[in-house]
Amino acid sequence: MSAVQTTASRPMQEAPDQATPFGPKPRRISAGRIGIYAFLIVAALFFLIPVYIMVVTSLKGMPEIRLGHLFNLPGDPTFQPWADAWLHACTGRDCNGLSPGFYNSLKITVPSVVISIICASINGYALTFWPYKGANLLFGLLVFGAFVPYQVVIYPLIIGLSSVGLFATLPGIIIVHTIFGMPILTLLFRNFYAAMPVELFKAARVDGAGFWRIFIYIMLPMSVPITVVAVILQVTGIWNDFLFGIVFAGRSNWPMTVQLNNIVNTTTGVREYNVNMAATILTAAVPLVIYFVSGRWFVRGIAAGAVKG
Amino acid sequence: MAANGTSVSIQDLSLNFGAVSVLQTLNLDVAEGEFIVLLGPSGCGKSTLLNCIAGLLDISEGSIFIKGKNVTWEEPKDRGIGMVFQSYALYPQMTVEKNLSFGLRVAGVPKDEIAKRIARAAEILQIEPLLQRKPAALSGGQRQRVAIGRALVRDVDVFLFDEPLSNLDAKLRSELRVEIKLLHRKLQNTMIYVTHDQIEAMTLADRIAVMKGGVIQQLDAPQTIYNRPVNRFVAGFLGSPAMNFIEGRLEKDDSGWQFAAEDVRIPLSTYAFETEPVPGPTVFGIRPEHVALNSGSGWPFTATATVEVVEPMGSDTLVWLKLGKQNFTVRVTAERTPHNGEAVSIGFDPMRASLFDAAAGSRI
Repeated sequence: MSAVQTTASRPMQEAPDQATPFGPKPRRISAGRIGIYAFLIVAALFFLIPVYIMVVTSLKGMPEIRLGHLFNLPGDPTFQPWADAWLHACTGRDCNGLSPGFYNSLKITVPSVVISIICASINGYALTFWPYKGANLLFGLLVFGAFVPYQVVIYPLIIGLSSVGLFATLPGIIIVHTIFGMPILTLLFRNFYAAMPVELFKAARVDGAGFWRIFIYIMLPMSVPITVVAVILQVTGIWNDFLFGIVFAGRSNWPMTVQLNNIVNTTTGVREYNVNMAATILTAAVPLVIYFVSGRWFVRGIAAGAVKG
Repeated sequence: MAANGTSVSIQDLSLNFGAVSVLQTLNLDVAEGEFIVLLGPSGCGKSTLLNCIAGLLDISEGSIFIKGKNVTWEEPKDRGIGMVFQSYALYPQMTVEKNLSFGLRVAGVPKDEIAKRIARAAEILQIEPLLQRKPAALSGGQRQRVAIGRALVRDVDVFLFDEPLSNLDAKLRSELRVEIKLLHRKLQNTMIYVTHDQIEAMTLADRIAVMKGGVIQQLDAPQTIYNRPVNRFVAGFLGSPAMNFIEGRLEKDDSGWQFAAEDVRIPLSTYAFETEPVPGPTVFGIRPEHVALNSGSGWPFTATATVEVVEPMGSDTLVWLKLGKQNFTVRVTAERTPHNGEAVSIGFDPMRASLFDAAAGSRI
């Protein structure tokens, strides 16, 4: 369709029979762009160095570590430190490794995540579609709760929980995690539901569905993206938690993070760097896996909730 | 209009959001089987009124009767209404069939009865091949059909439509408009239909309620509203292009009442006054299609004007004129199109015109 250009009139062009510009714009690589990429690569490598050292060290035996060549690859790779970290590492007099902590963390994380997400989704749904007297005030208080520093409420919480006999128990720590997850999760769900067409809710009302039926049959099936976000947020948050775990869980329920700290900080005997490194990687593995598997969902869900509200 | 008894009756309905009054002591009686269109610009309260009838909004004052029963405090499902929304509001994770049956399953209707009703609705709306699809796999027109079907299966007395065609493209809109009209003829249900589209209102309605600022301005048959609007707002809102308005004065001399404005003097001997005329500031209105172009001197009023712009629309042509200082639009058939800058003669009969009080805006 373009005007025909003769070869004679445009002798400088490489494709003389076509009027240029024509077709897709050519991509150019500028010096600035090269600089940006160089910086990003260097920065990424810099942050990967500790990870590299951890992995390498965890695969070495103690004699090799004592040689002090931090960056060297293991001469004689061994998985013994990993097995030790999992099964035999000592905290004080118990030498059962990290595994009890892992199971404790599971016992804390799974119920906390499930309960907090169920409560928060109902909260967000009710706040969006069934505005009641004081709903906005409650929502304001909840959002405010997201900014309260944890340390401030620890002591009153200890008193409160021990007065009902839940301090230093599994239900106790689960309640604590549920409460502290509530502000941010409610905010997340409320904003997600606020972005949903209200006509959907009205249609369901005309169809005769009530509070629970609309929630379970209409809203929940549409909440998958935001639920994934909430799961990631809660799993990583609760798994990585140290403070609440050490305060509220009680000795027999200490989560993996507390166990790891106790292993690494044991003051008697030789410091087994390889075991410590392996234990740390094991503890960090769960959130890491969650991020890698669902990072795409995470961004999508955050964006979906952020559009409105 | 099958007017045998009242279907929906709204009595002294008011709705306030805080200090903002959205509906003001509104009264409306809809006859059985009647097709009422609530028409008005956005923010006039027409959708709000529909939501009040449906029971989706709590009202501040007044009462609502459906089929003689006071439903003011009833839940939406107990009011005997079905509602169709602008955004279709289909449940995205359910198939068409499940969408249609949701309300019936909630109400605990037996399975074979549900199947029967879905089959009937699907046949009426010609959506049988779509029953197992999800809404995402449907086109806009198909979705709106399913939405209508959802109201249909509930066997309700009153259908409420909230701008059901506004999300569709122009071609589909006119097709579905005809289908809704046919559906109404077939079902003979009461239908209350909200729109801001005057063509939908004119074509579908038995009666149109033109709303502005939460008040019904005029409630009448489409032709009456079009030809004898009660005030300047109604006159200006209906009709495209809008009615020609000339601001001037009502005067009386030896030959009778006249309308006088700059460059124009219109004798009103053929005009049927609504109220006793009094001299004073007045607005004269006449629709573009009631003005004749270059058609001789047989009219009670004739004048010469200059063509400013010509807009060919295909079936007919709009001619924008300058009559002295007054702007004037005339609709002519496509064959009789004048040229820009041409001097033409115009003529009309004031019998077709409307006169409004300049201050109050009401019809004289």
